[in-house]
Amino acid sequence: MKSRRINSFAVYAVIYLIFLYLPVAVLPLFSFNDSSYVKFPLVGFTLKWYSQLADSHGLQNALVNSLKVGISVAIISTILGIFAAKSVTRYRMRRSGLLVGFIMVPLVIPEIILGISLLMTFSIGGVKLSLITISIGHLMLCVPFSMLVLISRMEGFDKSLEEASLDLGENAWWTFWRVTFPIILPGVVASLLLTFTISFDEFVLAFFLSGTDATLPVHIWSQLRFPDKLPSVLALGAIIVVLSTIVILFAELIRRGGVQLNKQSKV
Amino acid sequence: MSEVIISIKNVVKDFGSVRAVNNANFDVVKGEFFSLLGPSGCGKTTLLRILAGFEVPTTGTIEIDGQDVTLNPPNHRPVNMVFQNYAIFPHLNVASNIAFGMRKSELSKVDLQEKIDQMLELIKLPGYGDRKADELSGGQRQRVALARALIKQPKVLLLDEPLGALDKKLREQMQIELRQLQQHVGITFVFVTHDQEEALTLSDRIAVMSQGDVMEISSPADLYENPQSRFVADFIGTMNFFRCTLKDFSDGVAVGESKELGSVRIQCSEPVCAVNQDFTLAIRPEKLALEFDSVEDSVNSVKGTMGPSAYLGDRSHFYIYLQGREDPVSVALQNLSGSLEHVRDTDREVCLTWSDDNCVMLADYE
Repeated sequence: MKSRRINSFAVYAVIYLIFLYLPVAVLPLFSFNDSSYVKFPLVGFTLKWYSQLADSHGLQNALVNSLKVGISVAIISTILGIFAAKSVTRYRMRRSGLLVGFIMVPLVIPEIILGISLLMTFSIGGVKLSLITISIGHLMLCVPFSMLVLISRMEGFDKSLEEASLDLGENAWWTFWRVTFPIILPGVVASLLLTFTISFDEFVLAFFLSGTDATLPVHIWSQLRFPDKLPSVLALGAIIVVLSTIVILFAELIRRGGVQLNKQSKV
Repeated sequence: MSEVIISIKNVVKDFGSVRAVNNANFDVVKGEFFSLLGPSGCGKTTLLRILAGFEVPTTGTIEIDGQDVTLNPPNHRPVNMVFQNYAIFPHLNVASNIAFGMRKSELSKVDLQEKIDQMLELIKLPGYGDRKADELSGGQRQRVALARALIKQPKVLLLDEPLGALDKKLREQMQIELRQLQQHVGITFVFVTHDQEEALTLSDRIAVMSQGDVMEISSPADLYENPQSRFVADFIGTMNFFRCTLKDFSDGVAVGESKELGSVRIQCSEPVCAVNQDFTLAIRPEKLALEFDSVEDSVNSVKGTMGPSAYLGDRSHFYIYLQGREDPVSVALQNLSGSLEHVRDTDREVCLTWSDDNCVMLADYE
């Protein structure tokens, strides 16, 4: 009876995994296929789509743009998230619940609405569209995520640890670097990785707010009009899948370290 | 000896409309073990946090070693604190925890290491420097918290219920160690606790607090033997209260009249009220004696009926009903000759006796 239940669960799990990963597996498969057309049967093995990537300047520019936007958005939103999380969890603040609610609202506004309203705001204000306008849009999306990650981390550790540091002669600055930061570090890393990933693959806002410099998703979308470019895009996709898997594994390792730390801080 | 180290002057602390500390006004003497004792919510922890600098009093001043530190932040005060949950830094090992407050010290690396080793010796955890915080037991954490504060050589060490989280046996052992440590290092300790037995065991002086008020400050023996108010008499130990009317006072002996006890004699230098006014007579259970057969000649005595009793190993508690009194009177007897099994018949007639210098007159009554 027991083994049958496990079997049916295993079958369910396998089906579910196939559903999740089959489309993703198509990407690397056809990136090695020696044909411009994405269809079976496979023709032959080739690495030319990967070598084409190295020659495509438009794609390389887009990749650099995406990295620029992603890294700066990750750093800025995490810093803002630390400030916000600290003030929400550490100070007696009136209406802090309402404030947090307002900051979280961009999470539930459809991105297309957000994109249109930002575009209107920038054009009314006479702001030229650039990587900076994309970054501003991405910040609106990413700060709530940073806050959520960091607030839960800050709430998880005992306020008296910071008081103990003050009591032992450190000021607020050193207390942050010697006590608060090391303890919330897993949260900080998680926030950096999460916000970078959000920014890196965000399409709608980047589409509305990009000027002449496109980010990677916008560039990929523009390339889909040319069938012969498709296999290169697949190759790029395969690389991104591998890299993001590595990033996620890394984040998970850090998070596990963090869980242990959290256990320690409880008496 | 009686050099003042902490001077608390007219300190009031309000949290919104709640008054946590109401006009605290007292001094702590250098080198003494001073306890703040009271039920939870009485303001003792708030007062300790005001001393540490985590709270600023609404009005009033705090002087430490002759300096007004009322507005100084915690990192600019010559005091250190042992937190209720110890607040051991989870990301540092034991040695780094102890050395945390020494960043700005002029000590060389070798001297600092020696100092840390001395501290580990002092708290009886030699060789524990490399241990991680989560490898320590409750008692060990408490010791590390002590060492971390003491290495700073504070003028005053503040302790916020540091033994509350430990089990009974360990707590009793740590009480003895804490007292020995305090005498060894000679630093003034201000100790917050809700446990009256702990306060009596450890302290040179105790401030009893209730609802923000400091009710009484005295030595443990004085608080127990001669409490000045009904709250203190009731909070520390067990006490039997009787409402009496003062009938006469002469030659250091007050004569009262009570509905339950009849006529009572009390030795006192001065009565707490005028003749024909009411007062409360307070008698500890162990100051009462039980007579079973014949009433011997005693200054004070009253007849009663034996109620339930409880055997506690070293002593027994008896509850005696008196005519005209709903609550039984509590009497504690040492079990000097066996378990006193032969006297435990309920409903048996007994006689309570007590001497006239073993009872306390209190002005307030309920």
